[in-house]
Amino acid sequence: MPTALRFENIDKRYEGLYALRGISLEIAAGECVALAGRNGSGKTTLLRVASRLVRPSAGTLSFPEAATPSAARCGYVAHSTMVYDELTAEENLVLFARLQNVEQPAARAEGLLREVGLYDRRSSLVQTFSRGMRQRIAIARALLHQPSILLLDEPATGLDPHGFSWLAQSLRNLSASGCTIVMSLHGESEISALATRAVRLDAGKVVADTKSGASLHSILSFEGA
Amino acid sequence: MSLLSNTAVLLGKELRTEFRSRELLTTTAVFILVVLIMFSFAINPTAEESRAFGPGLLWLAILFAASLMLQPCFLREQTNDTLSSLRLAVSDPFAIFLAKLAANTFFLLLTELLMLPFFAVFYNIPVLPQLPYLLLILFLGSLGVSVAGTALSAISAQARMRELLLPLLLLPILTPILVVSAIVTVKLLDRDPVVEWKGIGFLALFDVVFLTALWLFGEYLLEE
Repeated sequence: MPTALRFENIDKRYEGLYALRGISLEIAAGECVALAGRNGSGKTTLLRVASRLVRPSAGTLSFPEAATPSAARCGYVAHSTMVYDELTAEENLVLFARLQNVEQPAARAEGLLREVGLYDRRSSLVQTFSRGMRQRIAIARALLHQPSILLLDEPATGLDPHGFSWLAQSLRNLSASGCTIVMSLHGESEISALATRAVRLDAGKVVADTKSGASLHSILSFEGA
Repeated sequence: MSLLSNTAVLLGKELRTEFRSRELLTTTAVFILVVLIMFSFAINPTAEESRAFGPGLLWLAILFAASLMLQPCFLREQTNDTLSSLRLAVSDPFAIFLAKLAANTFFLLLTELLMLPFFAVFYNIPVLPQLPYLLLILFLGSLGVSVAGTALSAISAQARMRELLLPLLLLPILTPILVVSAIVTVKLLDRDPVVEWKGIGFLALFDVVFLTALWLFGEYLLEE
């Protein structure tokens, strides 16, 4: 499989403290990678570097399949929703669809609103939404431009069991369609079961990286020391 | 093309959210009105004093109001980290600045236009005969305030003590705009009006210099 995302000796320092130290990873196109590790281990920083929101202090990030880094179609779901509370669900999606030059933005927004189960609330301001509904709109925003690389930071946050199952099914469909998925997770779940590879971070370093079933299970279930 | 279309989409969003809440427009308009009334009562100027000091007081009120208006400009983007989603969505980050400064200039000008009749009445200065030139000065001055203010708002939004930092940075940088705008307006609203083209040229130059700097370095201001 061709490489979709390559980290070469990536360091990220914040005021002298290392959030990432010497990260080197190659992620193949279509791979579904689960990032595991305790709070503060560097998962979020790694995802933000991958999304190009954060510039690494040292090292190189590349997207070999894309002509330029900006041409790489990345979707990013962060801890925060990254949508406007003072706009409606539909206005938010149409806004970001237009900014990303999505064809027929209104139709694409409508389709995604139906998909995430928020079509009936499309005209409600996001500030009136519950945490789970906000997470759904956040995921819909990330999917607007049909990304080839999807970066998810604890995507199940706030979702109820129904939402959790919906997310797992959506990720399964995306993965089947060839989308590269990198997601940070805590513990094993229906979503972590989709992972074809697990990478464990500790203090900003990769301490384990496996594709084999048993080791994968062990990395994802290991939340202790 | 993509820069302009992204700017237009973002400007539409800025206008929609502001006209929905009217927070900035109301606050700024009330602030300018209160300052103009307070100065008018405190000084109780004669007709000649009004012509000499009125324009300066007007620009001082505009400057203070602008610092209020510009404060939440990028803070709004921090609530849900929408600045990150904008950075991911636009092809050129300058579009984010262009939309913000276009919206800020528009809101500032709108407030000034609403306040102009009150200024004319409280300071007994007829503004209608010189309205086209006055509008030009207000536009260039407001654009300068918005360009510098939008850039500084982006810087201060990521800093600690951000509420204090913006006025502290903004007021000294905008002193040349304040001084020149006030002088040009005084001469324009004099009994023998003079259009001070040198001053107007300086305002235009200030706008161009800051706009170019924002275009060149804006991307770095948005980075984490």
